[in-house]
Amino acid sequence: MVQVEKLLTQHNDVEGSHTIDVYRSLGGYKALEKALAMTPESIVDEVKKSNLRGRGGAGFPTGMKWSFMPKAPTFPDGRPKPKYLVCNADEGEPGTFKDRLLMTKHPHMLIEGMIVAAHAIGASRGFIYIRGEFVFETKRVEDAIVEARKMGLLGTKVSGTDWSFDLVVYRGAGAYICGEETALLNSLEGKRGEPRLKPPFPAMVGAFGMPTCVNNVETFCAVPTIINDGAAKFASVGTERSGGTRLFCVSGEIEKPGVYELPINVNLNDLIAHCGGVLGGKKLKAVIPGGASAPMLSAAETDVAMDFDSLAKAGTMAGSGGVIVISEDTCIVEVAARLLKFYEHESCGQCSQCREGSHWLARMFHRIEIGQGTEADLNAIAGICSNMAGQTICAFSDAVTGPALSSVRKFRHEFEEHVRLKRCPCKPEGHVPKHDHHASATL
Amino acid sequence: MIIDQEISRKMDALREHLPTEQSLLLPLLHEMQAKAGWISVEAIKEAAAYLKLPPARVQEVVSFYTMYNRKPVGQKHVQVCTNVACFLRGADKLVEGLEKRLGIHCGQTTADGKYTLNEVECLAACGTAPVMQINDDYYENLSDSVLKDIMDKLDRELSHGPS
Repeated sequence: MVQVEKLLTQHNDVEGSHTIDVYRSLGGYKALEKALAMTPESIVDEVKKSNLRGRGGAGFPTGMKWSFMPKAPTFPDGRPKPKYLVCNADEGEPGTFKDRLLMTKHPHMLIEGMIVAAHAIGASRGFIYIRGEFVFETKRVEDAIVEARKMGLLGTKVSGTDWSFDLVVYRGAGAYICGEETALLNSLEGKRGEPRLKPPFPAMVGAFGMPTCVNNVETFCAVPTIINDGAAKFASVGTERSGGTRLFCVSGEIEKPGVYELPINVNLNDLIAHCGGVLGGKKLKAVIPGGASAPMLSAAETDVAMDFDSLAKAGTMAGSGGVIVISEDTCIVEVAARLLKFYEHESCGQCSQCREGSHWLARMFHRIEIGQGTEADLNAIAGICSNMAGQTICAFSDAVTGPALSSVRKFRHEFEEHVRLKRCPCKPEGHVPKHDHHASATL
Repeated sequence: MIIDQEISRKMDALREHLPTEQSLLLPLLHEMQAKAGWISVEAIKEAAAYLKLPPARVQEVVSFYTMYNRKPVGQKHVQVCTNVACFLRGADKLVEGLEKRLGIHCGQTTADGKYTLNEVECLAACGTAPVMQINDDYYENLSDSVLKDIMDKLDRELSHGPS
């Protein structure tokens, strides 16, 4: 049994939870009131003490990220430089769908968290970058911003203070890479979403050249509870290095898929059991524990806590909290080929290692899956991956190697069987693969 | 001309929140596509002139993002997610069924201009997989029969107008 501790989603089922009236009736915007009476430094300290780590994927300590923001930056001529706050709501890591829930049910929690964060870092403007496909969620958040503005919680003189801060929603247009924070900043500036070389880091040169802090939706949503109930309570859930609950997104071959808010260090086996076990009572084959980019765990490796450090120790990553469950009946080669096709499509193309590498890998995995792969293909995979990981501007290239290497290493026998039989053993004999994966053109 | 008073008004409202003219580009293209259905070369030139950007700046942005259609699409743009979570829940069968029903392959538009079919990458709704998006709307927890009902309804809507 898992301990169910809800700090963010306890009001999921309350009718109208997305409206400001209901949100306030449930204690909403009390954290803002409290935070506005605190000094920015004490807010940052509180968030540091909570051990909140970024929920977007990298797991960077949030309080520390905020503390990197310069106190009073100026232009060369001495004028003060504005500071910006950005919410990364470009939810796109395959297997992840928690931010969608938060924006649908609790847009004011996000807004409240952002206003508190903006006060802590001294930001004058905030941008919520939402993936373009989320038309409904965009409207939800925009409506909530209008409500908050009407109540004087956004705009000039926030809540009667001397400080002004306003928010705007910016829609993406279909590019996975824009979830990478510097790609997101380029996109927000109306450019191609290509990641930037770091340094300079966004805290120094971010959106529109100004010092900028970027956090994920869930990260911001954790801020009100930390301010309201104190860092100690948040930190008491989870581990010493990683506090609080996490919204786990469980999908794939699982009985009860969905978003589950649980202590961040819940055991993966317990999480699967909590979600009703593998679909149809089948045996487990593998789990992708932190979104598509996280190396797969085999069924023998699932007795592991889900916090950032435990999963890193297990050779994978907690990533975005997307847990994809794969049963014994599913062909791992086909799963890996799917994922690599995705990466091939989404590589921004700036770095040749990534542009070419993701393309080669996608072709190879597809070839192996349809029975046209060779032993030489299998042996080339690790070499291609070593030329990709750590060799490029951003972490996308490393992400590609997650499913590629883990699938081949942990399920090599399945790959070898494809090569030996010259077909996919999971498909009936004589099965003709329908699509060449390059045939389905996009517009 | 695609950019009308309404689009101009929306851009003016956004200008208050966005520090540079170029940052209006993505929102402008979204508005233009909502009106015209796709982004033509003429539309690219128009957007460039409106924001005082070189047309190449606009072109490179249009070609980068998958949501901007670089050729006309049907009245209903059916986009089925076939990424891993949806794949594990039978998305391939849905695509096959749709191809058969519409008589087209992914990437194509029906001769009557009613439907365009495409595979898309993760729509971030994996908990209710398999999913698809038709124009602005998500359709989730799809099965053969749910899909049939949705498509029958759209067929009726397209021949008689919305019910």
